[in-house]
Amino acid sequence: MKENSIMQPEAPQYAIETRDLSIFYGNFEAVKGVNLKIEKQKITAIIGPSGCGKSTLLRAFNRMNDFVPTSRVQGEILMHGTNLYSRDIDPVEVRRKIGMVFQKPNPFPKTIYDNIAWGAKINGFKGKMDDLVEQSLRGAALWDEVKDKLKQSAYALSGGQQQRLCIARTIAIQPEIILMDEPASALDPISTLRIEELMQELKKNYTILIVTHNMQQAARVSDFTAMMMLYGETRSGTVIEYDDTKKIFTRPGDKRTEDYVTGRFG
Amino acid sequence: MAKYTYPEEKDLQKFVVARYRKAWIWQTLFLGSLLVAIVSLLALLLNVVDGAFGYVAYEFKKDPSTISAKPIEQLTQQELAALLQANLSTGAYKKLNNETPMGERSESDLYGLVLERIIQVDTKATYSLSDSLFRKAEIQAEVAEKYPKARLDFRYWLTPNFLTSPQSSKAEFAGVRTAILGSIWLVLIAVTLALPVGVGAAIYLQEYARKNSINTLIQTNINNLAGVPSIVYGMLGLAIFVRAFEIFTSGAMFGIVDANGRTIMSAGLTMGILVLPLVIINAQEAIKAVPDSIRQAAFGVGATKWQTVWSHILPSALPGILTGSILAMSRAVGETAPLIIVGASTFISQDPSGPFSKFTALPIQIYQWTARAQSEFHNIAAAAILVLLILLLTLNASAILLRNRFQRRY
Amino acid sequence: MVNMNRPLDLRKKPRIGESAIQALLFFAGILSVFTTLAIVFVLGKEALLFFNDPEVTLAEFFTSTKWAPAIGDFGIWALVSATLTTSAIAILVAVPLGMSAAIYLSEYASPRARSILKPLLEILAGIPTVVYGYFALLFVTPILRSLTGEDNLGVYNMLSAGLVMGIMILPLISSMSEDALSAVPRSLREAAYAMGATPFEASVQVVLPAALSGIGAAVIVGISRAVGETMIVAVASGATSEFTFNPLQAAETMTAHIARISGGDLSYNSIDYNSLFAIALMLFLVTLVLNLVSQWVVAKFREQYE
Repeated sequence: MKENSIMQPEAPQYAIETRDLSIFYGNFEAVKGVNLKIEKQKITAIIGPSGCGKSTLLRAFNRMNDFVPTSRVQGEILMHGTNLYSRDIDPVEVRRKIGMVFQKPNPFPKTIYDNIAWGAKINGFKGKMDDLVEQSLRGAALWDEVKDKLKQSAYALSGGQQQRLCIARTIAIQPEIILMDEPASALDPISTLRIEELMQELKKNYTILIVTHNMQQAARVSDFTAMMMLYGETRSGTVIEYDDTKKIFTRPGDKRTEDYVTGRFG
Repeated sequence: MAKYTYPEEKDLQKFVVARYRKAWIWQTLFLGSLLVAIVSLLALLLNVVDGAFGYVAYEFKKDPSTISAKPIEQLTQQELAALLQANLSTGAYKKLNNETPMGERSESDLYGLVLERIIQVDTKATYSLSDSLFRKAEIQAEVAEKYPKARLDFRYWLTPNFLTSPQSSKAEFAGVRTAILGSIWLVLIAVTLALPVGVGAAIYLQEYARKNSINTLIQTNINNLAGVPSIVYGMLGLAIFVRAFEIFTSGAMFGIVDANGRTIMSAGLTMGILVLPLVIINAQEAIKAVPDSIRQAAFGVGATKWQTVWSHILPSALPGILTGSILAMSRAVGETAPLIIVGASTFISQDPSGPFSKFTALPIQIYQWTARAQSEFHNIAAAAILVLLILLLTLNASAILLRNRFQRRY
Repeated sequence: MVNMNRPLDLRKKPRIGESAIQALLFFAGILSVFTTLAIVFVLGKEALLFFNDPEVTLAEFFTSTKWAPAIGDFGIWALVSATLTTSAIAILVAVPLGMSAAIYLSEYASPRARSILKPLLEILAGIPTVVYGYFALLFVTPILRSLTGEDNLGVYNMLSAGLVMGIMILPLISSMSEDALSAVPRSLREAAYAMGATPFEASVQVVLPAALSGIGAAVIVGISRAVGETMIVAVASGATSEFTFNPLQAAETMTAHIARISGGDLSYNSIDYNSLFAIALMLFLVTLVLNLVSQWVVAKFREQYE
């Protein structure tokens, strides 16, 4: 797939961009030739059928794939002009700048307070911890529900609350970009709605990249959408179309995208 | 939001470097702990090898040249026998001849007797292998000064002779044959008891037992028994097998007189009870690993539960069960405390004649010899440990081979 | 050909063989319960005889610090003090080392390194305890004596026995702790990484606390093993029933005392004989409670992450 066949949204401010990014597991090329420019303080959704490499691509942004022993990356991911995969880059510092929220809520088995304070502490936070905890919980629209039980275990919260706690602890370390890997797929509809509302608040301060298998959700929350699909003889995932969300869902440029978003995809 | 409360730029770099340094220090400590364990293992093994070979300084109570013109190493079988007859009291010679006639004894046997009974070796000092290798000159000087009449020889305490000689009150002539035979008897009895009962219990728990309070109790109980100190099993064996069932374990039931309950049978049964939880737990794991599809296939063609178990589940689980049993055997070979309690004999030089004999076992010998003050006993303790470790290694290696050979991939 | 017109009989028929086999298997299973009952009965019965002896009072047994059966002193603290001292040393050695080794194996070691290091630990775990006794008496003690000076440390002492016991328990603690660490879900580790934690911070500050109850169970099992260990102390820590917590001294543990007395010429139905069962009963109850607690902790721990 050639780069110029993908329409790039026209805006100058990019938070992060990929250049000819390919991701390998051993000899298998899971993701191939991805070129994306992610806009600042916008929500970009990555959609596509399951197994097409959405999560793999997302995890490449904060180098979480490093923990898969056989994984390997070709191409570049540029943030402020720096390649995140160049030799002298410390993945720990990358993850400090690019936070992540996972599919299943995964709070630490600590108190609600410590869940937020821990990340701040290891990253050398110097201000008043109580204020940071309150700010972060307010930022994640959780403060009112938990302000009286900060010293209780995070496991006592409901699934939706746990997921907002995970968002709160991510914004506590003040990253620039937040990656969300199907953040609502394990939640009930009402909790999902709250997370989606929260995302609209968050994009005022952060750039958000979200992987979702739920097309309605992508249509509801995102500003831009990247459509991924398995491609070619190697069955590698790649981005086949990337554009304004409205355009993707109303006038897609690619027949396969149209089939997928209208539910005709087999 | 308070934006600038995290270290930035230069500070950040310093901060991260400090974190990595801390992590590196700790990681080194973690690795160090592991190395302490491995160094301990090496030290233990080297220490044993160190004790099993080395120089020994000894004197002869009677100079060999006074009883034989030829060096005694070169004497023939007949000459050695004649030498014994000439130098032993008539009673002592008769007694030896009654045990085994002189004509039937081997040359090395007779040579040993001459050394033991006539010349009488008197060990003055023994040296470890490392000393023998690196401080040879010093040892020679020391021996020359302290024991001017002594000879200094390099001795392999672990020899084929050591394996085939019966016990002796003299370290120089003692062997582990009696102990090895005792250990073998012991393990055979233990396995005969523990294997069928253990596998039966495992089958019951995995295939038949419903989840109710009795079966939960059985399972909890088995897990607990696995953690009961071995010495407590010894007390159980002492009270039940040695005393309460003395009529059986002494062999009195079968017409053996002049014996008490402190026999191989008591010890073997005690060991069987001790390893039973181990056999059960291992067999349960093996049965658990048999996939459900095999059960369903058998039931699908109209097999009863037992037919399914006997024809399909047991054959599939057999390698795992055997592996577990071998591991249980190696536990039984190495256990010492219960044997002390049920009364392994500390000194016995006759081979066990059957399950109702008095007995000794390898670990008992190691314990006894280690506890002696004279250093030559420490040397034979080391040699016996080598025998025990090689035996255990063989058992465990065969368990691993068995597991690899028959490992099925479902 | 099957006769299709014959009426179909699918009623239950008695299968005597099947039932007999099931009964036999059940018996094999319940036998282990009888073992426990036998232990309780035997130890209890003989211990009762001991406590009923006019020379012995319960109060003396549990409070006195003097154990001298020859003159009628039966104060178990003389033996308990040595058991506590040697076990404490063993735990102080085994827990930090075992935990650290487990963290290294589960968090840092490459698969290749693991495949070499783990079997070595398993060998350490498979060595009979009497061999450890030899090692304590003839290797560790001489080294300790040359370090402290021969006047300060006797041939028999609790320090050497405790240290070697720690090495013996180390593989147990390490393998149980490693199981606990690897039972912590990956998602927690990922959460820590995603917040900019180094691998060290993730394993020590997130994974380790999450596995703490599992590691606690390992420590409890380790204590139980140390309390019940016989051969190392029987060989290396001496044969004097002395009330002391000084690791440089020789003193006899509960287990070593049982081994020494019963290994000698012991007449049945004597008060000495019965006293051994009273000690064994103590041992059994203590280790039973420890084992039950550790099983309970492990079950709770598993529940947490299921």
